[in-house]
Amino acid sequence: MDYLPNIIFLLVLVAGIGFFAKNVKALSRNIKLGKDVDVSDNKPQRWKNMARIALGQTKMVVRPVAGILHIVVYVGFIIINIEVLEIILDGLLGTHRIFAPLGVVYDVLIGSFEILAFLVIVSVVIFWVRRNVIKIQRFLKPEMKGWPKKDGNLILYIEFVLMTLFLTMNAADFQLQTIDALHYVKAGSFPVSQFIAPIFSGMSEASLIVVERSAWWLHIIGILLFLNYLYYSKHLHILLAFPNTYYGKVKPKGQLDNLEAVTAEVKMMMDPDVDPFAAPAEGADEAAEPDKFGASDVTDLNWVQLLNSYTCTECGRCTSECPANQTGKLLSPRKIMMDTRDRLQEVGNNIDKNKGEFVADGKQLLGDYITEEELWACTSCNACTEACPVSIDPLSIIMDMRRYLVMEQSAAPSDLNNMMGNIENNGAPWPFNQMDRLNWKNES
Amino acid sequence: MSNELKVPTMAELFAEGKQPEVLFWVGCAGSFDDRAKKITKAFVKILNKANVSFAVLGTEESCTGDPAKRAGNEFLFQMQAVTNIEVMNAYEVKKVVTACPHCFNTIKNEYPGLGGNYEVVHHTQFLKDLLSEGRITMEGGQYKGKRITFHDPCYLGRANGVYEAPRDLIRKLDAELVEMKNCKKKGLCCGAGGAQMFKEPENGNKDVNVERTEQALGTKPEIIAAGCPFCNTMMTDGVKSKEKEGEVEVLDIAELIANAEDL
Ligand code: SF4
Ligand code: SF4
Repeated sequence: MDYLPNIIFLLVLVAGIGFFAKNVKALSRNIKLGKDVDVSDNKPQRWKNMARIALGQTKMVVRPVAGILHIVVYVGFIIINIEVLEIILDGLLGTHRIFAPLGVVYDVLIGSFEILAFLVIVSVVIFWVRRNVIKIQRFLKPEMKGWPKKDGNLILYIEFVLMTLFLTMNAADFQLQTIDALHYVKAGSFPVSQFIAPIFSGMSEASLIVVERSAWWLHIIGILLFLNYLYYSKHLHILLAFPNTYYGKVKPKGQLDNLEAVTAEVKMMMDPDVDPFAAPAEGADEAAEPDKFGASDVTDLNWVQLLNSYTCTECGRCTSECPANQTGKLLSPRKIMMDTRDRLQEVGNNIDKNKGEFVADGKQLLGDYITEEELWACTSCNACTEACPVSIDPLSIIMDMRRYLVMEQSAAPSDLNNMMGNIENNGAPWPFNQMDRLNWKNES
Repeated sequence: MSNELKVPTMAELFAEGKQPEVLFWVGCAGSFDDRAKKITKAFVKILNKANVSFAVLGTEESCTGDPAKRAGNEFLFQMQAVTNIEVMNAYEVKKVVTACPHCFNTIKNEYPGLGGNYEVVHHTQFLKDLLSEGRITMEGGQYKGKRITFHDPCYLGRANGVYEAPRDLIRKLDAELVEMKNCKKKGLCCGAGGAQMFKEPENGNKDVNVERTEQALGTKPEIIAAGCPFCNTMMTDGVKSKEKEGEVEVLDIAELIANAEDL
């Protein structure tokens, strides 16, 4: 019977991690629905970007208040994992504070965890106030209604509860240590929880153990639940920020890709030696010809763009810098990312429901989620990509969808059709003759 | 003041068996837009004064395809690009300078993938180099002590990380450079990029160029400096909509320098 807690713990742990693994699998399957893209270039720069942007949080501090609070929560999260390791070992082995023999080091560790936990609580409270009381503009945009708002708050509550449980556990432990309870080794220092401990003074040893054990169990179960909640939440970014910054754009921001399939056709059209009626050469790469130019649904996007959509933290830094959004137009780069993710999730669920096969649902990203009006409002200014703290590129999705509208549907606004007609006929976006191109030289 | 501009074309030089140091890519705006033509001429005056060996393509130049590409018409873009690249490669062009950040970005970043490899510089970078090589000298002249704010063109700044060359030139005019609330990496678009120049804006509360002009006017400038013909138009329109055209001038960096030197 003595092993019952250990066995229960093992089962809880296996279930928690098992579900998480299942989620990760679903996630990676969905991301792989995207087209392949070559991201094997520039490795040193990519590692550097990941180290600087994801690990070093350099983009976060562009907005100092949110940035510093975020760093506290982030460091808290990382360091507390050492504590979680101890909890897991204790749980499996039936030990208590297995790292205690580290002595002073252990005291320092536990002491700093406590201080961080406290700082995290403070940060979380400020975050909550910013979201719900101060009404910061970028949290009030239309795309933030409903689940995104709830999700943002929920995570704050979870973190608050987890930290409180951690401190409660330590406070009870502290009391147990002072009354020399069996099994409760004297270890750790409690700079924060010592102030909570008095609440428990005078409690019987048995009640203290109940408090300590309950907090301990709730803490670890809470962490496992949190891990599994990630998949349904914008908080996926705590994991995906790393690959996302690695695979983020390493070319100049202004450089758009040259569609290869188009290059092949243009070369053909321009080359007088090519016989347009000749059969394709033996072994010619037929896959080079795409079924569609540009993107109208998530499966037309590449997997980095889909990874982007899952990584988006809905912070809205992109939208608040977007000139179109600032001047009241419908476009919000954050919404582009959220729509892409929502549609991708829908497609993924569809595939799951239909035994691994996507069954047409009469919907697509373009139109059902993202409207043409949004797409045409973009000035391609890159303010969004500059602002994003995790290297997301909403502009690339906007451009791919414009390509679909223009090359597949000829659905550009009429002014743009005029402009393109002029370029085609006169080599300038205006109706001037190419032969007049040097007239300026002689005009006074 | 001489009005005689020396503007050799590549074809002319080629016929004489000569190769210029640099190709001046004029661009559609610089060739056809009345306002932008003044920028083109100002830049040529400086090139002439500094005895830079340059040439233009003239009637052999065509749109880079940037607005087509950004509107989503990759076909038209690549047709334009391939045609232009053929012309430039035939003349064995090595270095390109342009006063248009859109041409700059496209030729620099998007042409190499299609077979066009050149060293491409923006005219503010080129002018700065001429200055540091001592090929031009600059004094404040009429701009000494004037409050000048610089509007970062998205396709020069964020798109390609060029923030300092235009600013260095403004400082060299002994002018007082004042920065807007949004500048450099955080610069606000003038509203013309991504082919917006050629269409009506989507519905909103106001136009982007008005918002940007308000930011510029917030610095109480005497001059709003620009480094892009499209930004120039957008800011000029913005200033007009605020009825400030009597007080605030919108000028390209090349114009500032040409005026300061009385060219
Ligand atoms: S690139 Fe487009 S979406 Fe991004 S900030 Fe600029 S206008 Fe907005
Ligand atoms: S795209 Fe980036 S900046 Fe925009 S909301 Fe998502 S994480 Fe924030």
